[in-house]
Amino acid sequence: MTQKETPGAGGARERPWPKLLTRPTVPMPERQRVAAPIATGSEWTLPVLERFDKALARHAERLRLATYPVQYELITAEQMIDLCSTVGMPVHYPHWGFGKQLVGQERGYRKGQSGLAYEIVINTDPALVYLMETNSLALQVLVMAHAAYGHNAFFRSNYLFQQFTQADSILDYLKFARDFVLQCEQQHGWREVEKVLDCCHAIAPYGVDRYRRPGRLSARRERERLAERLRFTEKHFNADYAYLYEGAQAKAGGGNGFEPQENLLYFIEKHAPKLAPWQRELVRIVRKVAQYFYPQRLTKVANEGAATFWHYTLLHELYDSGEVDDGFMLEWLANHSDVVAQPPFDSKYYRGINPYALGFAIYRDIRRICEQPTDEDREFFPQLAGQPWIESIHFAMANFKDESLIEQYLSPKVMRDFRLFVLHDGAEDRSKYDVTAIHNEQGYRRLRQALAAQYRPEAHTPQITVARANDDADRALLLHNCVLGGRLLDGASVGEVLAHVKELWGFDVVLEEIDDGGSRLKVHRT
Amino acid sequence: MSDLIAPARTMRIVDRRSDPQGRGAVNRERFVRRFKDEIKRAADEEFSRRSITDVGRGGRITIPGRGLREPFLHHDDDTGSRDFVLPGNREYVPGDSIARPPGGQGRGGPEGDEAGEGEGRDSFAFVLSREEFLALFFDDLELPNLERTRFGQVTMERTRRAGYSRDGVPGNLSAPMTVRMSIARRIALRGGLADQIEELEKAADTADPLARAELLREIERLRRRRAGLPFLEDVDRRYRARAPMPSPATRAVMLCLMDVSGSMDERKKDLAKRFYTLLYLFLERKYGQVDIVFIRHTETAEEVDEETFFHDRLSGGTLVLPALELAHKVIEARYLGADWNIYLAQASDGDCGTDDGARSAAYARDVLLPLARYFAYVDIPNAHGLFNRPSELWRAYEAITETAFARRQVHGRGDIWPVFRELFARRQAAA
Repeated sequence: MTQKETPGAGGARERPWPKLLTRPTVPMPERQRVAAPIATGSEWTLPVLERFDKALARHAERLRLATYPVQYELITAEQMIDLCSTVGMPVHYPHWGFGKQLVGQERGYRKGQSGLAYEIVINTDPALVYLMETNSLALQVLVMAHAAYGHNAFFRSNYLFQQFTQADSILDYLKFARDFVLQCEQQHGWREVEKVLDCCHAIAPYGVDRYRRPGRLSARRERERLAERLRFTEKHFNADYAYLYEGAQAKAGGGNGFEPQENLLYFIEKHAPKLAPWQRELVRIVRKVAQYFYPQRLTKVANEGAATFWHYTLLHELYDSGEVDDGFMLEWLANHSDVVAQPPFDSKYYRGINPYALGFAIYRDIRRICEQPTDEDREFFPQLAGQPWIESIHFAMANFKDESLIEQYLSPKVMRDFRLFVLHDGAEDRSKYDVTAIHNEQGYRRLRQALAAQYRPEAHTPQITVARANDDADRALLLHNCVLGGRLLDGASVGEVLAHVKELWGFDVVLEEIDDGGSRLKVHRT
Repeated sequence: MSDLIAPARTMRIVDRRSDPQGRGAVNRERFVRRFKDEIKRAADEEFSRRSITDVGRGGRITIPGRGLREPFLHHDDDTGSRDFVLPGNREYVPGDSIARPPGGQGRGGPEGDEAGEGEGRDSFAFVLSREEFLALFFDDLELPNLERTRFGQVTMERTRRAGYSRDGVPGNLSAPMTVRMSIARRIALRGGLADQIEELEKAADTADPLARAELLREIERLRRRRAGLPFLEDVDRRYRARAPMPSPATRAVMLCLMDVSGSMDERKKDLAKRFYTLLYLFLERKYGQVDIVFIRHTETAEEVDEETFFHDRLSGGTLVLPALELAHKVIEARYLGADWNIYLAQASDGDCGTDDGARSAAYARDVLLPLARYFAYVDIPNAHGLFNRPSELWRAYEAITETAFARRQVHGRGDIWPVFRELFARRQAAA
């Protein structure tokens, strides 16, 4: 396709750069802006979106973004609220917690307090990308670039998603889960089902294998396995023998040689003495779903950062080749800068470190270091300085989670831009925090370590392991919390959560808080 | 043609905007179900605050946030030591210290946004739809003594499978049936033709040459016809048929009697109307098929339509008996027979002559109650009755001891809902 050159939109930049920007921070490509804008204004139609998708795909291919095929779904605002309430999944088992999300969001949206997420993308194969009908053209294209190319490429390449989730089977599995939960509600009453799900949700963070790669999900196999299990137990159940069998098992098992286990839900599914088969199935479902979302919890910054970086890059590519006009750029940039805003810690808008902002800054800086390294960069990142940026970005996307991404790539410049500083909260004096490092020569490394540590799962999710079970007469379940830095658990939350664990386990549950020296700091009992 | 063969990448886009809504409804319903008690309490409060006609509108509900929390394990920030990173440093250098904010919660962790969302909020507000609102209201209310065993009036038409028909819409075409018909037709026709051919052949054997040639031509024609029998013909087509079948439903009628005489001042009329509005909403929602008859009375009684009943003004003296008689007339004319469940609801300030009261009570007991399943009387006494003497009609109705009769007093707006509930609460024993 050849386009006539129109002097206004087509030609290379004729105006001089504004005074403050003598030179763009990222060098402008040599190419001339030859194409005419694909569309102008804020109205969109499906053919227009299709042409944008083609253009994005062309640029993505040039930038070597490997993606899953995409299926766009056009939805209304209400459907978007629906989706948000079920963590973005188009199918999910029913639970009141999702309903709570829903009514809360709905009201916020109606009252105009909160905007809607304008993009949701699901790690499936093909990737599902939701386009909300109320978005303007620029926003639609922004969402396409962000979700269908940015997130999609991250899902496709990041090692955690490759190892821990199966993009092609999750929807099938969730369908199975939904049908199973509905069936249980019919057979056993919703109260019973809800009780089990509530209990499982309370300990869902402890339903993941953190290091072992989970088996493949398959709805069909799951159904077969379940039918087989139920058939077997029904066929062979005999109250007398069951009693004998349990007794023999207790004798044989004993408490000796018990290895601590990290996956509490798995342990309950397999060993809880009093659960009925269908209850075990529910435990399993919650566990599988938690496992599916585990990589997402580990890669908030990396994932959002990559997606934001790519939409920024791809849309600039569109602009550089003349496929969009200035108005288009201004519109999405306004949205973009809202998304990557980082309010300072003392602002009333402060809600923690914004993963979009931090991730975007890190990836942008990787590109800058590759293209325009300073002496500082050469010292900190000898492996990056002067390297081709596309490879470096792809490497950073593929091989890191939040913690390691920050550890490896957080540059002094980003720390300075964010004006990061480290506070220490110690037992010596609870009335104040001490500033221990700031964004200066002496502080960079300490700052980076502290920030990376903050993104370790243990930093916000206490580490609970199953220490012992079933070895005494009262069949108590013993849990350990591995205490780091003397940080104990919040007593009230422990009480509530243990009550839920007890519900599943059927007998008493004890939680001991153990420090790394092995001494018992505190004991919680149900 | 060439663009039908997809190139390497085409955009796949599915328009879901017209998909049925309500994936969220499943979860919404579960949420409402779980917090029914809290929501109901909040809705009851909301109700007493609102004007009655607004009840049907649904609206904002706020319930305590305590039970809503989904617990999870987290650290107690008042123990141990930790380092955390904040953005936006302005003036601090190492060695400085910052005063700890009270509570010390949620600063810095990467999950800071989550902490701000659900925790620490002590109430949770959301919007209930009209449907949900009414469902909550009338959840455990029921028409008393409703007999569902008597069937009569055809109120519902369900379609049922009704075999196969020769015509229908293409979507209902039954392929197996059609092919079966086609086979049958071909067997039948082929057989008939074969017989004819055989006969002709026999005849041809004995016929003279001229006739024989004629016969052979005829045989040839029949053979061709037999070979050319079409696989499918229009007559073979069979469609799955669905026929509307009458399905029986319970029949019920509610007769609403309201006193609109002069002694019923605006306040009382307002209360009575509120009661009936509630009753009307209840019936409309729960029993789509309930007939409702509106009767208002002063010294005379008349049957009116809903609009007049609720909104028209009228005043005059009071006689109760004509209203009861009219109710009886209406029943006799339209609702007589064992298959009708008849309900009566009467609202009045009870202001009537002693004589009229006694006669009304007797009439109600002897004539109406044997016909009715339930008779509810709502008494709206004077606002500032110094002696708080029970009204004339109230005392007269004291004579009625049948269990199918109930009377309650309503003093103010706040009473209407409790009284209504009491009158129509689902009775475990009755069921």
